Amino acid sequence: MAVYEHAYKPYAGPLTPEWSRFLVIPRHAYRDVFGSKLFTGFFAMCFLCPLVMAILIYLHHNLTAMAIFQINLRDLAPINGFFFQFFVSFQTVLAFLLTVLIGPPLISRDLANNALPLYLCRPLSRAEYVIGKMSVLLIMISAMTWVPGELLFLFQSYLEGAGWAARNLWIAGAIFVMSWIWILLLALLSVTISAWVKWRLAASAALFGLFIISNAIGFTVNGVLQTRWGGLFNLTIIMKTIEDSLFREPNSAGLPSWMVLPTPAAWIALALYCAACLFLLTRKVRAYEVVK
Amino acid sequence: MDNALQKTPEPIVEVAVLPKAPELVPAAPVINLDGLSVTFGGRPILKELRGELRGRAIGLLGPNGAGKTTLIHTLLGFHPPSSGTAHIFGRDIRSDAKQIRTQIGYMPERDSFIANMSCVHFVRLMAELSGLPSEAALERAHEALFYVGLGEARYRKVGTYSLGMKQLAKLAQAIVHGPRLIFLDEPTNGLDPPARQRMIELIRQIRDSGKAHILLSSHLLRDVEECCEEILIVKQGRIVVSCNLEEERKSNLKFLEIETRGDREAFVEAIATLGCEYALTSERRLKLILQNGVEIRDLYRIAGEQEVQIRRLNFKRDSLEDIFLKAMEGGNGDVGHVAGLPDRGKQ
Repeated sequence: MAVYEHAYKPYAGPLTPEWSRFLVIPRHAYRDVFGSKLFTGFFAMCFLCPLVMAILIYLHHNLTAMAIFQINLRDLAPINGFFFQFFVSFQTVLAFLLTVLIGPPLISRDLANNALPLYLCRPLSRAEYVIGKMSVLLIMISAMTWVPGELLFLFQSYLEGAGWAARNLWIAGAIFVMSWIWILLLALLSVTISAWVKWRLAASAALFGLFIISNAIGFTVNGVLQTRWGGLFNLTIIMKTIEDSLFREPNSAGLPSWMVLPTPAAWIALALYCAACLFLLTRKVRAYEVVK
Repeated sequence: MDNALQKTPEPIVEVAVLPKAPELVPAAPVINLDGLSVTFGGRPILKELRGELRGRAIGLLGPNGAGKTTLIHTLLGFHPPSSGTAHIFGRDIRSDAKQIRTQIGYMPERDSFIANMSCVHFVRLMAELSGLPSEAALERAHEALFYVGLGEARYRKVGTYSLGMKQLAKLAQAIVHGPRLIFLDEPTNGLDPPARQRMIELIRQIRDSGKAHILLSSHLLRDVEECCEEILIVKQGRIVVSCNLEEERKSNLKFLEIETRGDREAFVEAIATLGCEYALTSERRLKLILQNGVEIRDLYRIAGEQEVQIRRLNFKRDSLEDIFLKAMEGGNGDVGHVAGLPDRGKQ
């Protein structure tokens, strides 16, 4: 089928490994995403926090610099679990904004253009399609959360010594696990909303609203019924509870003690949210909908 | 005696002759339907479909709602069969759906594309999803777009294309990975006559290349007649006709239409003595069925003896429209009537 031949010719060359084909989706998506200078600028800004924190870690171990600036960083910002928890919390806020920017059109665009049959008539399963779409977010958010987080941990370990690293290895684990929980939740919520809401603005609003409304509902239920279980409707509280348990910082949000959710309940609620997302995705991501 | 009666002229034969396929001689059937049934919400859509399809270009015909598109979707693995199965190139659609899809190209009926992508980018993406490495995919995307005639417009966004161009873009994405079997669902829908002709030409070129089989679903009989050598007519979820058009046409070579001048009464009486059935259709025309052992030259001999001129002699063949209409009239789809079998009725 060479251009000059004008004849149909089958393809006889090598094929890519089957497992890697879902990665085609994020690769092509990035081409569009980074076509926007505004977005590229925002994504670059997401690395400011890791840079600032790396400088702080460096200054912690540079007595000359501390003497010049006449500050004692070891007291002002000790490098401990809370230091890294703050980093993860800050970066996940940025990750949420990034998700709002690029998440909504991921599947809705394909649905609006009836492109799903074109994907699914190829050797690509529905699960691989969804994973491919989620990978757009998984890779980008990873690049701004756990990857720089672990690098900061390694940097601190290098400067502080192996003893510190051994004592605080749980921090590395917490950075990794908490980042991935946020990544998976954001990606799942994003693609689910994208699959059900075709209009991009509405999908972005729905993603915002999910956190804001669930927050409002949770606190209302807690206030009216004087119970802690309203927190199960509040995604922010659920995530904060899990984060506190992983970083060993009880109630870092400063909630009244009767409002604090038990950690197992937060995990179960999170699992239920994810299961609901998967269920909704299974219902919607089909080549063709069968109308009864 | 008229010169026309002195020697036997070659009859006018309107049978399309397909070029030989150089590479594609399937030992196994392309598609083997093995009691395939599909049910949606308790309602049977496809009912126990059985049959083997081997042609290079297979036409899938049927009225609206007959189950044509559902059959294609089921073969692609979009809908699970409720019972039975089907095999494509010997692979089971239930267990080997992914492997099957590596060998299939699909051009859907409805507009399907990614609007804000350039066409070459879109086709390349589809090629990569089919497993082609990035560079090969880009190369094939350019080739496919030139092949279908969108070479000059390949950098435009698909959303800005006209309907005809979108159809061609859909064809390009269906063939970009060089599939062995191409499903075309209503490929000429909404096309103006030149665009339709262009599409038909492309389909015929692919068919004649002998490197891919085509399953063409259409409600336009002319499209199927121009492209396909084998047809499958579906009605109410059942196969009512499955036949090879070429064989069907050849089997009708005994049916003649004759136009005469002269004493027709004596001529038909003489023909009747040969055992041929005939019917007078107008003042000068008649239809007849040649009996075994009776040759065309016998007709000319009798015409000479009766001093009748044979002005026109055509083989009457069943057009696809005849076959289709007979299939539609022949029951409600509850009884499978398979043309080409000995018990079929023929007028």
